[in-house]
Amino acid sequence: MLPRSSALFIFGSQQQKNLEGYVGFANLPNQVYRKSVKRGFEFTLMVVGESGLGKSTLINSLFLTDLYSPEYPGPSHRIKKTVQVEQSKVLVKEGGVQLLLTIVDTPGFGDAVDNSNCWQPVIDYIDNKFEDYLNAESRVNRRQMPDSRVQCCLYFIAPSGHGLKPLDIEFMKRLHEKVNIIPLIAKADTMTPEECQQFKRQIMREIQEHKIKIYEFPETDDEEEMKFIRKIKDRLPLAVVGSNTIIEVNGKRVRGRQYPWGVAEVENGEHCDFTILRNMLIRTHMQDLKDVTNNVHYENYRSRKLAAVTYNGVDNNKNKGLTKSPLAQMEEERRDHVAKMKKMEQEMEQVFEMKVKEKLQKLRDSEAELQRRHEQMKKNLEAQHRELEEKRRQHEDERSNWEAQQRIVEQQKLDLSRTLEKNKKKKIF
Amino acid sequence: MVTHGCLPVSLHVLACNVSSGIPELSGSSSDVAMLKSVELNKEGVSHRNPLSAAASPLAACSSPLPALLGPHSVHTSTALSSGGGCSLGPLPQTTAHRSAMAATDVDVFSNEEKRSLSLGGHVGFDSLPDQLVSKSVTQGFCFNILCVGETGIGKSTLMNTLFNTMFENEEASHYQNGVYLRPRTYDLQESNVHLKLTIVDTVGFGDQINKEDSYKPIVDYIDTQFENYLQEELKIKRSLFNYHDTRIHICLYFIAPTGHSLKSLDLVTMKKLDSKVNIIPIIAKADTISKSELHKFKIKIMSELVSNGVQIYQFPTDDETVSEINASMNAHLPFAVVGSVEEVKVGNKTVRARQYPWGVVQVENESHCDFVKLREMLIRVNMEDLREQTHARHYELYRRCKLEEMGFKDTDPDSQPFSLQETYEAKRKEFLGDLQRKEEEMRQMFVNKVKETEAELKEKERELHDKFEQLKRMHQEEKRKVEEKRRDLEEEMNAFNRKKVATETLSLSQPLKKDKDKKN
Repeated sequence: MLPRSSALFIFGSQQQKNLEGYVGFANLPNQVYRKSVKRGFEFTLMVVGESGLGKSTLINSLFLTDLYSPEYPGPSHRIKKTVQVEQSKVLVKEGGVQLLLTIVDTPGFGDAVDNSNCWQPVIDYIDNKFEDYLNAESRVNRRQMPDSRVQCCLYFIAPSGHGLKPLDIEFMKRLHEKVNIIPLIAKADTMTPEECQQFKRQIMREIQEHKIKIYEFPETDDEEEMKFIRKIKDRLPLAVVGSNTIIEVNGKRVRGRQYPWGVAEVENGEHCDFTILRNMLIRTHMQDLKDVTNNVHYENYRSRKLAAVTYNGVDNNKNKGLTKSPLAQMEEERRDHVAKMKKMEQEMEQVFEMKVKEKLQKLRDSEAELQRRHEQMKKNLEAQHRELEEKRRQHEDERSNWEAQQRIVEQQKLDLSRTLEKNKKKKIF
Repeated sequence: MVTHGCLPVSLHVLACNVSSGIPELSGSSSDVAMLKSVELNKEGVSHRNPLSAAASPLAACSSPLPALLGPHSVHTSTALSSGGGCSLGPLPQTTAHRSAMAATDVDVFSNEEKRSLSLGGHVGFDSLPDQLVSKSVTQGFCFNILCVGETGIGKSTLMNTLFNTMFENEEASHYQNGVYLRPRTYDLQESNVHLKLTIVDTVGFGDQINKEDSYKPIVDYIDTQFENYLQEELKIKRSLFNYHDTRIHICLYFIAPTGHSLKSLDLVTMKKLDSKVNIIPIIAKADTISKSELHKFKIKIMSELVSNGVQIYQFPTDDETVSEINASMNAHLPFAVVGSVEEVKVGNKTVRARQYPWGVVQVENESHCDFVKLREMLIRVNMEDLREQTHARHYELYRRCKLEEMGFKDTDPDSQPFSLQETYEAKRKEFLGDLQRKEEEMRQMFVNKVKETEAELKEKERELHDKFEQLKRMHQEEKRKVEEKRRDLEEEMNAFNRKKVATETLSLSQPLKKDKDKKN
């Protein structure tokens, strides 16, 4: 059983190791078993169908107890004006295992004259339960969360022998992505085996035609189990008979329905598929029903809900970004916004710089212009100055020349007058 | 039906299938249950009380329905005699039998009406735990161990010994700059159980001179694993059921066998870790301590832990199947262990042991060390509880702190509970408002900047203008001066000209006089 070699298989960062001796973690499943028994189990089952199809009787037969009794009448006895969705909880225990069973029924479904939208209360109920769970799961302070999500829906089909009614198709189409639907043919003892076969085939054909996804048994690796499962698949949808009475047949006491022509036994595999249903629903696949509800239907609801919240209903983001949490999404948006702002800031900065440069340039230009003009004027003035100087010099020259001349003339005159004086004096003698 | 031990799970399930048809008494447990219920009926407490809110589980099997089946008949009569109706009408419901297995968690419903019903045969949901187990086995388990201890204290050897395999490990040197964590993942299988085991080693712990920050990388690593899980949990599209859980389930803290007391590094580290992870302290290399020293050492350690408020992992005692053994083991903490992968022949057996000149220390000998106890507690009895505690306590604490840090609350200021949508929408509004505010701020800043710069430039312009004005004035002044000079010059020139003219006219008339004089 335990190989003694120490061969290694390396898968990336993981290695497969073979143990050389008993360690003991093979006991883990026992530990899990022990803890689960201590915790107890819960299961929520919904039954839907028109009144009088034997839903209550079937539930009583399935769980071998009087869930529905005169004090707690079944849905067919509680018809109100509109479709209601009601639940009742029962606690049952068997072999040390405790189960809190919630049965949800829909009195009034399909019984009115106008049944439009009679599925709406059902959809609302299921969504509400998902919502409750989502809120509980998202709280900051989480306590043990009660799980009231609907884990299985038994849909009762009237044994007309012909096919599905439009109401059946509508209901299943609207609910197959919210809950595990197990369609059942009710009151199967009104059909002969051949009629039943035909009816079943017709129903499955119509189900496929309308692309309705009913609950599917999971694949297993076990060949035995797969063979078993395939046999069950061939008999879908299951045709059931329920009974509250015990009848003696061939010395045995069995549940059955007494007719003048014989007894239809509930638990006889040749009479109906009740046993298959019970085994599948309770004994082998109850856990899987819970898992599919949790991992598929609830997750679908949750991602749709959170996507709506994150994107505020903007649809074009459907495909991208769903791998993030709303918070991460907000983080990303924040980062985008920061980047956008940075860019905007840069742009504004640029524009600003440009404008400032322009203005400065203008200033410089005018300054240069002013400077130039100032230079110009200075030059002008200097020229004028020089001109003036020149003129003055000329004038001075002229003047001094003239003055010099004048002096000469004056001197001459003086000399002349002196000479004349002299001559005059000479003449007198 | 408690120990399923080696029974492969699927067989058991098939057994249930086989017993379809008329429900038979499955084993003796139902008998016992029936007897119990019979006792109850004798007490005469058969009243129907749908509002007995604390409705606890009943003994399942007794059925007041008239003799269903052969095997039941013996007991049915007793039931009938004590008070059951044999009618098919209203069923007297046997009541309150508080079994030790009352699911505490389901009490959440205590304000809703819950009826307890008895079953009229074997329904078959007692296979639910098997279904759950079978699913878990198919999924595989994962377990993550963190080993904290000084270099060379025997962490790797102990892991090899615990899991009976040689995990690859290079010996670490003492010269690491700091503490770093080295996780390694292995796929192990035992019978049909797959275990993904991750061993995280603290390399370099206790080697530095300054060990103040030694605990930080460890705390960071643990928090990172929590963070990763939290991120996955918060994603819009998430897949938790096949998420590889890397959160640390158990921290084995290796205490050096000094024989005296805990080192301060130990206390500091454990104090930092005790609210984040389950800690089991172990005394390493216990073959260096004598029995009496060990006893004193253990007492010292435990009292130091208590006086410092360090919360180590307590093996759970609430499940009566294991409470006894767990309670006794709690008293042996911390476990003194010896690890060895070498085999030594003792007597006619080959056991794992350490060979000394003075004797052989056998790892699996309970009088030599507590290795077997550790293995028992860690792996064979409480592995699942460790995983649960990590998820339900340590992770929840981390999550709560993280969400509160991010500003999430469960109730709004009016103490009305928030729905998830409201919370997110509120957050989003806040966030958008925040962004808008930032944008406004930036714009405002720019407006201010522009105003400032405009003022500056205007100032410059004015300066320039002033300068220009000044220059102009200067220039005007100069011009005026020049003009003045020019006028002066003109005047002088004019004056000179006049003089000249005057002199010339004079000299013109004078020579006449001279001539006149001459004539005379």
